[in-house]
Amino acid sequence: MDTEMDQIYQIDVGNLLAFNPNHRFSSAPSSREEVVKECVTEGTKLVQAIADTLFNFPSTESVDGPLVQLPPPTTKLPREKHLPRPKPPTKWEEFALKKGIQKRKKDKIVYDETTDKFKRRHGYDRVNDDNDIPIIEAKASDEPGVDPFAKRLDDKKKRVDKQQKNRLQNLKSAAKAGALPSHVQLAASALPITGTKAQPKKLGKEALGDVAGLAATSTASGGKFDKKLPGEKPPKKQGKHHKYLPILPHYGKVDEEKEQTNKVLSKLLSKHSHEILNVGKAIDMYNDKKEKKKSGRSDKLKPKKDITKKKPYANKAK
Amino acid sequence: MMEIRTPKTHKAKRVLEKRAPKLVENGKKTLILHGTKTSATVSSVLMELYRLKKGGAIKYSRRNANIRPFESGGETSLEFFSQKTDCSIFVYGSHTKKRPDNLVLGRMYDHHVYDLIEVGIENFKSLLSFSYDKKIAPHEGSKPFICFTGEGFENVPELKQLKEVLTDLFRGEVVENLNLTGLDRAYVCTAISPTKVFLTHCAIKLKKSGTIVPRIELVEVGPSMDLVIRRNRLPNEGLRKEAMKSSKDKPKKKLKNVDQNDVLGKLGRIYIPDQEVGKIPLADKSKGVKRERREGKLKKDKEEGSASKKLKESE
Repeated sequence: MDTEMDQIYQIDVGNLLAFNPNHRFSSAPSSREEVVKECVTEGTKLVQAIADTLFNFPSTESVDGPLVQLPPPTTKLPREKHLPRPKPPTKWEEFALKKGIQKRKKDKIVYDETTDKFKRRHGYDRVNDDNDIPIIEAKASDEPGVDPFAKRLDDKKKRVDKQQKNRLQNLKSAAKAGALPSHVQLAASALPITGTKAQPKKLGKEALGDVAGLAATSTASGGKFDKKLPGEKPPKKQGKHHKYLPILPHYGKVDEEKEQTNKVLSKLLSKHSHEILNVGKAIDMYNDKKEKKKSGRSDKLKPKKDITKKKPYANKAK
Repeated sequence: MMEIRTPKTHKAKRVLEKRAPKLVENGKKTLILHGTKTSATVSSVLMELYRLKKGGAIKYSRRNANIRPFESGGETSLEFFSQKTDCSIFVYGSHTKKRPDNLVLGRMYDHHVYDLIEVGIENFKSLLSFSYDKKIAPHEGSKPFICFTGEGFENVPELKQLKEVLTDLFRGEVVENLNLTGLDRAYVCTAISPTKVFLTHCAIKLKKSGTIVPRIELVEVGPSMDLVIRRNRLPNEGLRKEAMKSSKDKPKKKLKNVDQNDVLGKLGRIYIPDQEVGKIPLADKSKGVKRERREGKLKKDKEEGSASKKLKESE
C-alpha cells in the first residue's frame, strides 16, 4: 500500500490503480499544453510507483513472458449481481433429514439374478427392465378383467407424472426464495382461461394460408396490386378451372376427345346403362326441347313487322 | 399452468451458467449507446471508448429516444438491454442545447440502475489526432494502469463517485496472473478543479534502468478529454451495502481421489490406463540391436582405441 519512497500514494496493485491525493497544481496554469504535460508527468510517477512493486514480485517464466501473481484488489467495488442464494431443501430432503435417511451411492453395474449376469442399472440391456418380464403371477387381489402388463405401464406413468409434479413444486419454492438454478426457467405455458376449459384451437399452416388468401383478395382490386410479404406464397389459381383438350391429336398419344366420347358411349350401351342413365329424365328433357322448338317455328310463321309502314303517332318533322 | 424450460443445447446451457450470479464474478461488460441526438464529439467519444474496451463492450448504433437515465420511467429500456446483453456498466451519450456533449456513466446491480453520473465533454482530442510510433501502440484487451491525481478525488463526493465509476469502467477483468510484457497502457485522470477532470489514455514505454524495474515513460496515444461534472445519483444506502457485500469463504475445491481413513490414515487412488497386452509392440529383434552385438561392438571400439593409443605411445 504506502511505502516510504512514494509521497504517500494510495496504490492498489491488484487493480493496477494508484491515487495521489496530494498534488497541487502550480497556481497559474499558463496554457493547456502545460497542464496536459504536468498531468502526464504526474501519471508517470504513479505508474512508476506501481511498477516498482510489480516488478519486484517473484515471477515465473512462461512462453509469453514473465508471469507474476497479483494480490487481490483492495479497492472495494460494487458487485454486478447478487450473491448466490442458498437453495431451500426439497420435500424429499426435508423428509430424509427428519427420518435420518442417508444418501447411498448406487453402483453402475448390478447383479441380475434372473440371468446370472452383471448388467448396468440404467440404459440398454438393464436390470429389471419392465419390457422383459415374461410372466406375471396372478394374485388373489387381482380383478379378473385387468391386464397386469398394462397395469404396470400405467403405474409407471403415474409415478413419473407424480415425480414431475413434485419437481415443479420444488422449483417453484426455489424460485420463491430467489434460488432457481441457472439453467432452469419457469414459464407460464398457457394463459389462465376463465369459463370453459377448452383450449383455443391452433390453426394449421394450410388453414392460415387460406385465411390469409381470403383476406388478401378481399381488397377492391382483388389483391392484385398488394405488396407481397416475404415468404407469402402466390395465390392459388382463381376463377373457373378449365381443362381444354388439345384440338389436334398428338402423334402416338391417345386421342383424348375420342376417348371421352367412347367412354360416354360405352357407359350408355353397357348392360347397366339403366342404372347410369335416368331414362325418365332423358325423355322429359327431350320432350321439353321439342316443344320449345315447336314454339320457335310458330314464331317463324308469324307475320313479321313491316318496317315500311308508318307509325301512327309519329311526330312529323317540319 | 407452469412449465419447466431447460436449454436444449450445451451451448445455451453454458451461456446461462456464465450469466448466473456467482461468488466470484466475471468482468463487467459495458453497453455503449446514444440518445436521439448526438454531436460529432459525442459519437467519436463513444466510438473510441468502444475501441478501447473491445472484447468487453457492446455498442448499439441505433438511437434510443425513450431512454432518460435520470427520470424515473426512463430507465426501463436500459434495464432491458442490460438483461439481454448481460452488461452492468453503460455509457449513454447525447447532445441537447441545455446539456451539450453529454455522457452518462451508469452502473447496474442485478440489472437495475445502481448509480449514475453525468459528465460533459470538453476539449476532446480524438485518438486519430495523436501521432506516435506505431510499435508502442497498446494491444487490444491489455490490462491498464489507472492513475488518479488531485485532492478533489478524496474531498468532493461527485469526484469520488467518478473515480469509482472510472475504475470500474477501465479495469476490465480481475486477473490473478499478469504477464509483465503485456503492460502497455495507462489511463491518467487528474482533477484540475473541483468540477473538472482531465482524462487521457497513454501508451507505456519501458526503458532500461539499472535495476529489475524498468523506467516508465508515458506517451499520449489515445483520446483525451475534459470531463465536467453535471448531475449524479448516488446509490441508496441499503442497495450499496448489499452490492458491496462479499462472501469471505473461498469456493471449496473438491479434492478428488483422496480419502481419509481412521485406521489407515490418508489414502490416495491411482488410476492406471488399460494395458492392452495384445497391442504391445513386440521387441525389436533386428540383428544390430541385440545385446551381444552391441556389447561386442563396444569392446571392439575400446580395443581399437587402446591399440591406437599404444601406437601413439610407441611413436
